[in-house]
Amino acid sequence: MPSMSLFLSQLFNGLATGLLLALISTGLTIIYGTLGVINFAHGALFVVGAYAGYTVYGITDSFVLAIAGGAAMSLAVGLIIERGLMRQYYSRPPEDQILVTFGIGIILVEIVRSIYGGVSLSVDVPAWGQGVAHIGSLIYPLYRLQALGIAAATLLLLYFILYRTSLGLIVRAGIEDAEMVNALGINVKRTFLLVFGIGAMAAGYAGMVDAPIVTLLPDMGHRVLVDSFVVVVIGGVGSFPGAIIGGIIAGVILSLTSIVDPAYSHVMLFVVMALVLILRPQGLMGQEGRE
Amino acid sequence: MSTVHEGAVAAHGADQQTAGNAPAQHSIHGGGMRRQLPEMIVGLCLIAAPFVLPYLGMSPDLLTRILIWGLFGLGFDLLFGYTGLLSFGQAAFYGTGGFVTAYLLTAGLVPNMLVALLIGTAVASVAGLVIGYLTLRRTGIYFAMSTLAFGEMFYFLQNSSFKEYTGGENGIAGVPPPQLSLGFVDIHISSGWPMYWFVAFFFFIGYLIARRIVRSPFGAVLKAIRGNPKRAMALGHSIQSYKLTVFVVAAAYGGLAGGLLGIFQSYMPPDAFSLDTSAQLVIQTVMGGAGTLLGPLLGATIWLYLYEGLQRIGELGPYWKLILGIVFVVLVTVFRHGVAGAMLDFVRARRGRLPADIDADASAKVSSELSIVPPLATSRPGAPVLEARGIGKQYGGLKAVSDVNFSLREGELHGVIGPNGAGKSTFFAMLAGELPTTTGKVYFRGQEITGIGVTAVCQLGMSKSYQINQLFEHLTVRQNVMIPVLARNRGKFRNDMLKGLHSDALDEQVNAAIALVGLSSHADTIVSEMAYGEKRRLEIGLALATGANVLLFDEPLAGLGPEERVLVVGLLKSIRRGRSMVIVEHDMDAMFELAERITVLYEGCKLAEGTPDEIRRDSSVQAAYLGGMDDHEPA
Repeated sequence: MPSMSLFLSQLFNGLATGLLLALISTGLTIIYGTLGVINFAHGALFVVGAYAGYTVYGITDSFVLAIAGGAAMSLAVGLIIERGLMRQYYSRPPEDQILVTFGIGIILVEIVRSIYGGVSLSVDVPAWGQGVAHIGSLIYPLYRLQALGIAAATLLLLYFILYRTSLGLIVRAGIEDAEMVNALGINVKRTFLLVFGIGAMAAGYAGMVDAPIVTLLPDMGHRVLVDSFVVVVIGGVGSFPGAIIGGIIAGVILSLTSIVDPAYSHVMLFVVMALVLILRPQGLMGQEGRE
Repeated sequence: MSTVHEGAVAAHGADQQTAGNAPAQHSIHGGGMRRQLPEMIVGLCLIAAPFVLPYLGMSPDLLTRILIWGLFGLGFDLLFGYTGLLSFGQAAFYGTGGFVTAYLLTAGLVPNMLVALLIGTAVASVAGLVIGYLTLRRTGIYFAMSTLAFGEMFYFLQNSSFKEYTGGENGIAGVPPPQLSLGFVDIHISSGWPMYWFVAFFFFIGYLIARRIVRSPFGAVLKAIRGNPKRAMALGHSIQSYKLTVFVVAAAYGGLAGGLLGIFQSYMPPDAFSLDTSAQLVIQTVMGGAGTLLGPLLGATIWLYLYEGLQRIGELGPYWKLILGIVFVVLVTVFRHGVAGAMLDFVRARRGRLPADIDADASAKVSSELSIVPPLATSRPGAPVLEARGIGKQYGGLKAVSDVNFSLREGELHGVIGPNGAGKSTFFAMLAGELPTTTGKVYFRGQEITGIGVTAVCQLGMSKSYQINQLFEHLTVRQNVMIPVLARNRGKFRNDMLKGLHSDALDEQVNAAIALVGLSSHADTIVSEMAYGEKRRLEIGLALATGANVLLFDEPLAGLGPEERVLVVGLLKSIRRGRSMVIVEHDMDAMFELAERITVLYEGCKLAEGTPDEIRRDSSVQAAYLGGMDDHEPA
């Protein structure tokens, strides 16, 4: 019988994982919602952010700068991808878009591998995040709690951008009807560039926030890609609230099943995805008819 | 008008002339040698490879590995290249087939290798059935994402629940070498060339089956699904069943290839289940050329040969995947059909202006009239063919259509008109069974069909042509028309993947439908290359070829020039015999010329109904069209 404190600490773990997943998936979902493209390079951008942050952290010894560096790097890479390649792909079938972003993902990961090598690296928890937090009777690693806070704050910021600014209005209108937005004379090209950049940045930013919790490996992007796909399939692709709810559900499932048997945590996640596909194929917050 | 009619007359003449020598003609087209040419070339290449390719530095092991990937890719190509379903989870079936086979052989449960392979393939197919059922509930990007996720699920399962059978991270070692007992003699197959021959045999069988599938009626429907799934459905095919079946076939190919992998390496690696395996399959297929059957084999050759080659060049070794990634992105961007596609395009260009897709097996003769589904006997004579009782549709707070009664008599041509936004399209979609109604019911010959879906409606004998052309753009006219005829002959689903496509009965019906819409001279033209007016006639031809005796036309004259307009009006007149039709149209003159009765919709309600003359004189109709009705419309 698992103890109450174990249950609580796993619940916190689940929330932390879930909000990070939500953050990553938000990037995926706003790119899809606005551009109609599912970015299969999303996991690779997470990797790029984490490794770039690792380097900045090594040079400056500042974790805040490291997060900024990781986000800036993935933003830059995202902008280059959109300008250089994706722009030609908007009019091509979704299969081609999937294939090319997948190819870009391979190239990014292999560049990271050729620079940093294939061995695992670890990122130290920043000085202000070391130690443990006492929450009632529960003892919990401080940084994980902070990561939870950082992810929540960032999601709030994204929410603000999406729901309280004119860019957000355009993005949400684009999710409803991209053609109409275009017809209204809004510079769609620039908006697309910006959205792709922000989406990529969300992945890279999350990569660095997550870095002290995990070990860095060039191949870790696979897991991130798969998990964020599960999140958007559960939540409904193209839906911002869906990404958050899906992320939290996924995170909590992963950590709570770990109490019983860690080997089954991911299997359980896929079972839930299967249930969503059977009972509500468009996802919990997805709209019917969107493919 | 006259052109079409002459076409029909000419068709009758041809009937009498060719009826006598039809068998002779068929033997010319059905020349077995030419038709089996690709099979023979592939067979010869498999035999020649061990004598030629070693000079290029290819070892027997490399060739065997390429064939295993090629076999895996045959199934995937049927799924992706032919049906358009991009799955990122094929590793699940490769791994399942491989581990089941390897386990059965190493645990000594099934000593016979062939039986073990068969069981492995069967288990992989069952896994395909389950995963296919779940993932095919959505299409496009959802399908790609959920197959990828389920593929990963198998990877986790292998490492957890089934660890004691699969060895977890260690995989299964010591898979015994293949051994065939022929009763009187046992053949032990050692590694090297004997193993190549062993695997080549399976590849060749797999290739023969895939060729048959591609050239079967089943395969023709797959290509239609790739081109335009919604129209394939509307023409009477249950596309979900086709998709699921081809998904299971692809899983079976994966399972067999996985089983062979374990036997070939005498070791079954856990990374058979990894995302990298699925990704490698996708990349190889796309690089080689999706939709060409041999594309995946070619892609596997490029991938594995390049990998080995780059390993030999010292400094480049670590960068092999980076180089492959760049090559892949360039190929996807520039050569959309992969290496095999580029080669085919080159050959076609060399041959000059020969149409690319002449179907050599199809006979061009028109020997009979297009047959129509015989009307079901109605219990009540004089009862309406199609009847709507008080149907309405509400979207949120908006009433698009409210409480419309409508009935179509047997043999009648009934027009529906109304100004823009009158709810014509919504009304029509409800009549056609495309949209469920909010209120009211639709009956077809007394049977309720409200919202039962286009496929079922089409199979009952009612078909619709669309306002915006819904064609299979990358197929020829003949291949297009074949799709509805197949649905009529075979019902909404039939698993006849090993049967030949052509039969006299099929060709006759296809040719009759093409002749009816006056496109006989374009029968082997790819639709995307045709003029708009011709496409418009094909759009009508597809609906006709279903054999439906109740037809719904949504603005058949939309966008046509004066000459084409005359042609289509003539066509509509000429097909009236034996059919009942409803036409929605903006072109008033055409409507008054064609229709026997006209219903006018205005703001979602029925405004008037009557003969063309009555409608012309109706004051409320005049007011509606002149923008009147001011009294209940604020300015």
